[in-house]
Amino acid sequence: MTDISRFINIGERTNVAGSLKFKKLIVEEDYDAAVEIARQQVENGAQIIDINMDDAMLDAETAMVKFINLVAAEPDIARVPIMVDSSKWNVIEAGLKCLQGKGIVNSISLKEGEEPFIAQAKMLRRYGAAVVVMAFDEKGQADTVDRKFEICKRSYDVLVEKVGFPPEDIIFDPNIFAVATGIEEHDNYAVDFIEACKLIKKNLPYAKISGGVSNVSFSFRGNNPVREAMHSVFLYHAIQAGLDMGIVNAGQLVVYEEIPEELRERVEDVILNRRSDATDRLLEVAEKYKGTGGPEKKADLEWRKKPVNERLAHALINGIAEYVEEDTEEARQQADKPLHVIEGPLMDGMNIVGDLFGAGKMFLPQVVKSARVMKKAVAYLIPFIEEEKDGKHETNGKILLATVKGDVHDIGKNIVGVVLQCNNFEVIDLGVMVPTQKIIETAKAENVDMIGLSGLITPSLEEMTYVAAEMERQELDIPLLIGGATTSKVHTAVKIAPNYLKSSVVYVIDASRAVGVASNLLSKTNGERFAEEIRNEYVAMAEKHAAQQLQKKRFSIVDARANKVQLDWENFEAPVPLKPGITLFEEFDLEELVSRFDWKPFFETWELHGRFPDILKDEKVGETARSLYADAQEMLKKIVAEKWFKPKAVVGLWPANSVGDDIEVTPAPEKNEPVMLHTLRQQMYRENNKRPNRALADYIAPKDSGKTDYIGAFVVTAGPEVEEISGKLEAEHDDYNAILVKALGDRFAEAFAEHMHEKVRKELWGYAPDEALGNDDLIAEKYRGIRPAPGYPACPEHTEKGILWDLLDAEKNVGVSLTESYAMTPTSSVSGFYFANPDAKYFGLGKIERDQVESYADRKGMTLAEAERWLAPNLNYDPRQAR
Amino acid sequence: MMNDRKERIALLRKRAEEKILILDGAMGTMIQKHSLSEEDYRGERFADWKQDVKGNNDLLSLTQPDIIKDIHLQYIAAGADLNGTNTFSATTIAQADYGMEDLAYEINYESAKIARAACDEWEASHPGDVRFVNGAIGPTNRTASISPDVNNPGFRAITFDQLKEAYKEAAKGLLDGGADTLLVETIFDTLNAKAALFAIDEVVEERGEDVPVMISGTITDASGRTLSGQTTEAFYNSVRHTKPFSIGLNCALGAEQLRPYVQELSRIAECRVSVYPNAGLPNEFGEYDQSDSEMAELVKEWAETGMVNLLGGCCGTTPPHIKAITDAVADAKPRIVPKFEPRMRLSGLEPFDAA
Repeated sequence: MTDISRFINIGERTNVAGSLKFKKLIVEEDYDAAVEIARQQVENGAQIIDINMDDAMLDAETAMVKFINLVAAEPDIARVPIMVDSSKWNVIEAGLKCLQGKGIVNSISLKEGEEPFIAQAKMLRRYGAAVVVMAFDEKGQADTVDRKFEICKRSYDVLVEKVGFPPEDIIFDPNIFAVATGIEEHDNYAVDFIEACKLIKKNLPYAKISGGVSNVSFSFRGNNPVREAMHSVFLYHAIQAGLDMGIVNAGQLVVYEEIPEELRERVEDVILNRRSDATDRLLEVAEKYKGTGGPEKKADLEWRKKPVNERLAHALINGIAEYVEEDTEEARQQADKPLHVIEGPLMDGMNIVGDLFGAGKMFLPQVVKSARVMKKAVAYLIPFIEEEKDGKHETNGKILLATVKGDVHDIGKNIVGVVLQCNNFEVIDLGVMVPTQKIIETAKAENVDMIGLSGLITPSLEEMTYVAAEMERQELDIPLLIGGATTSKVHTAVKIAPNYLKSSVVYVIDASRAVGVASNLLSKTNGERFAEEIRNEYVAMAEKHAAQQLQKKRFSIVDARANKVQLDWENFEAPVPLKPGITLFEEFDLEELVSRFDWKPFFETWELHGRFPDILKDEKVGETARSLYADAQEMLKKIVAEKWFKPKAVVGLWPANSVGDDIEVTPAPEKNEPVMLHTLRQQMYRENNKRPNRALADYIAPKDSGKTDYIGAFVVTAGPEVEEISGKLEAEHDDYNAILVKALGDRFAEAFAEHMHEKVRKELWGYAPDEALGNDDLIAEKYRGIRPAPGYPACPEHTEKGILWDLLDAEKNVGVSLTESYAMTPTSSVSGFYFANPDAKYFGLGKIERDQVESYADRKGMTLAEAERWLAPNLNYDPRQAR
Repeated sequence: MMNDRKERIALLRKRAEEKILILDGAMGTMIQKHSLSEEDYRGERFADWKQDVKGNNDLLSLTQPDIIKDIHLQYIAAGADLNGTNTFSATTIAQADYGMEDLAYEINYESAKIARAACDEWEASHPGDVRFVNGAIGPTNRTASISPDVNNPGFRAITFDQLKEAYKEAAKGLLDGGADTLLVETIFDTLNAKAALFAIDEVVEERGEDVPVMISGTITDASGRTLSGQTTEAFYNSVRHTKPFSIGLNCALGAEQLRPYVQELSRIAECRVSVYPNAGLPNEFGEYDQSDSEMAELVKEWAETGMVNLLGGCCGTTPPHIKAITDAVADAKPRIVPKFEPRMRLSGLEPFDAA
């Protein structure tokens, strides 16, 4: 979901090119009335106002200076930044010389080439203004997505590299052109714009995107309902693609969701160029909507016939204040108490507004209008509520409410205030944009019992944290309630509560909970326990959050390498294999292997979990286990006696040295053709480097130590017979024995691997000739050295098996091959590497970062995408997002 | 003696990493103590000047250079790293009140030379202890974004271009006279400051030198706004494009009243933070009576909580105040300058962040 609340509305009414009314006022020098238009824009939710005086009838420079100076004297208007809009440089400069704030210049471009573009950009940097850059160059205005992006990219590079312009102060306008003009070449214009937005966001860091939205619907001028629908649909899609701001008539946007379905679908076809007859189909229905719908049209009063609750919702969603008092009165008469109208239909309506806003289907100015309707309805009800309360004097408590500094949103806070008052709390409402100090001073002076903070925009979260910290510093000890659209329980627990320990901090999810929370906190009998419970819950939440953060934290590969396993190579002498090179084993005593079985995994195949042999006596599963074990023993006897399987093994031992995270193996020392094995390194964050970040390469002497070391590799198999027999049994529908024989085949392979490893330690490599360990000790891996297998935790990347296979010529020597996905067939096979170093330990790689994956891909000659595919379960990032 | 400007600035930047830099205290308060007469102000050179000049403190750099130098030396001895030139009103615009607009360049030039001489003298007797000349640029007495005529809100008594020219001359005089840094101070109208910073940027570009620029605004009352109506953050957003050496607040309020705004700046500024408050609020007689230890105690807490990089004093502060502050924060670590993800930070009277 797109964070629509970030979309910035730039007021367009103070533009002589866009508003006839404004132009008339300026030409007639009725500046007072012109300033009122600016004020209305800000009141209607414009966050920046665009001022344009480019007209043949006007001395644009004089008009610009005069108007900006007048606006500067109006704090209600001057609080927002100004966009100085002109195609003439002298007008732009004159405007900038009147701005004490940091504004935006609209616009410059490469139209006249790089030289004037650079000169203007340098001046703008010096004045301290952000800039709109049009997608326009020496060849003209960009229409296709490629041209749009190409010009923006070129402009960006010139600005950032040649001028040193801050990239975050660049706003691209990639040209919104009219669609549905009847000219086929224009059909894709909206799509071109939307696609260009995506490219800009992806490739030009920190740059923003703006556009003149009304252009898109130019071919439907005279038909405002259709135009507004087009704007709404266009914005809905363009914002998701990255459009940050737009020059729009803040007060006049139809809600996406409220566009009649037929119209919306046809408009969407046009905007998204979904079908070749889209324009015709929109034209077909366009006339029908002319003079209907639209928020400011009074003609369509169908909705007035609906039940009162739906009428109230309609009025709230569409910001229609006209009938709200009569509807509220009607609802009041139907309700038991006047408060129920607020808690019922009005809140329901505002919840819909909230949902639509959250889903990107309503814009801020529309929400502001909804809020006004809500306020009007609440104001109407207040006298009735007061009347009801009459006679009660002792209040339940005194609560201070405020929307924090930097935030103007107060719908939710006002509702909370009303609900609390109705429940006999005394409420001191400090309004919006309240500085911390004022909150604290008022709380002290009024001796309130509790403070409630509200906020809708994300910076308010930080502001609330600050208020909490100041409450702590200035020694308040009353509960703090946190509410508002962007607040959350986890943010409250993690960021706010730890700053204020002198009393409770409680997140209140919506107005309906406020009374419960406030009553509980102030309850003489229950208050402390309630506060304690909340505190414990939040502390636990904060701790859990911290643990999760720590878990996700990774070292860079550079830092991880610096924290490798440190071994003393200087005093190291590698044991020299007694039988180097490749050794084959083609005959093997099956009975000898049976004695080495590790039975635990056998039972796990049947989903019987527990230690062996204890599992045979287990209360629950003992009987099943015993019966299974008996069947297995019976089959084993046959396997051994009738020599069902013909296990084979191949082992190789070669000189090797580590080079970085790789291991260079020399399979044929006389040929000097080294083969590289690639290992992966743990990247988990290690506090103070207390534990190393392991890679298998750490266990082999580095090349630059000058010491010769060795590595081994093996493939063992119980033989293809396992699957042949199992297949035969399956064909006879003896599934039980088919599975049994496979499970036993696996045990043979594993036992064989264990046995070969011992043989290697004692005889082939011979570094532990006197080792004497029983089967349990072997299973517990109490011997020196390890035999990690590709595809398992220490080296999870499967394609390394391919190299192992080549080294051992395994297919030819033991008849085991690899599938496309590097699985072994026959399946009752085991492969791996031998490391003899006494410090070698098994470990799990865990999640790794992209820097290592890039390095790994590079070393293996894979593309990054290939490496990411093979390492997918180990990635600590989402490769789709990282690119 | 460290004669090379470049070396001194490198040293200043290094020192700013290590400690909280100390700015000096009030010049005017110290001049007042001399109870100078009209004749003293005029000196020989301006004995026959066409109008009264008493109160034109900056003129004293030409007529009573020894007094000014002595004040510098007292602040230097108190520990001031950065010593502000006696040029608060030395622009053509402010000097016009005395008919002395033609002297603006000379006053700036001479004032910088006096401060330079004081610093050099100190260094000569305290080898290795380099002190810096801070070229002070005041607000002028006109505002570019406020009309002086209540009936004509669109009127302006001064334009950006006029201010720019005046500031350009001041900056040139200060740098020619030997200032190490420039300080645009006591800003009550941000548009004036923007003109000054624009001018400085041009001068610095012409000279091709690295000149650290400090910016210091003035919050006029408990509304938390500048005289021209901006909040602290809006003010910062308006000038951050100049990449200043430091941003801060001075004058109008005492340390206690300034605290919330200092904290605010400390949270948002991507450069060093400076504060030089008045010695409390003036009493019924218009005197500042906060003691040196009281003031030092207040600013010490800022230093300890890591909110500031530079500290000093404005109206009512004296060498003992600066000495007390120097001692109080000697061991404190300067604020760590934060790095934020770049985002468009606009402003009107209020900040507007386009995250």
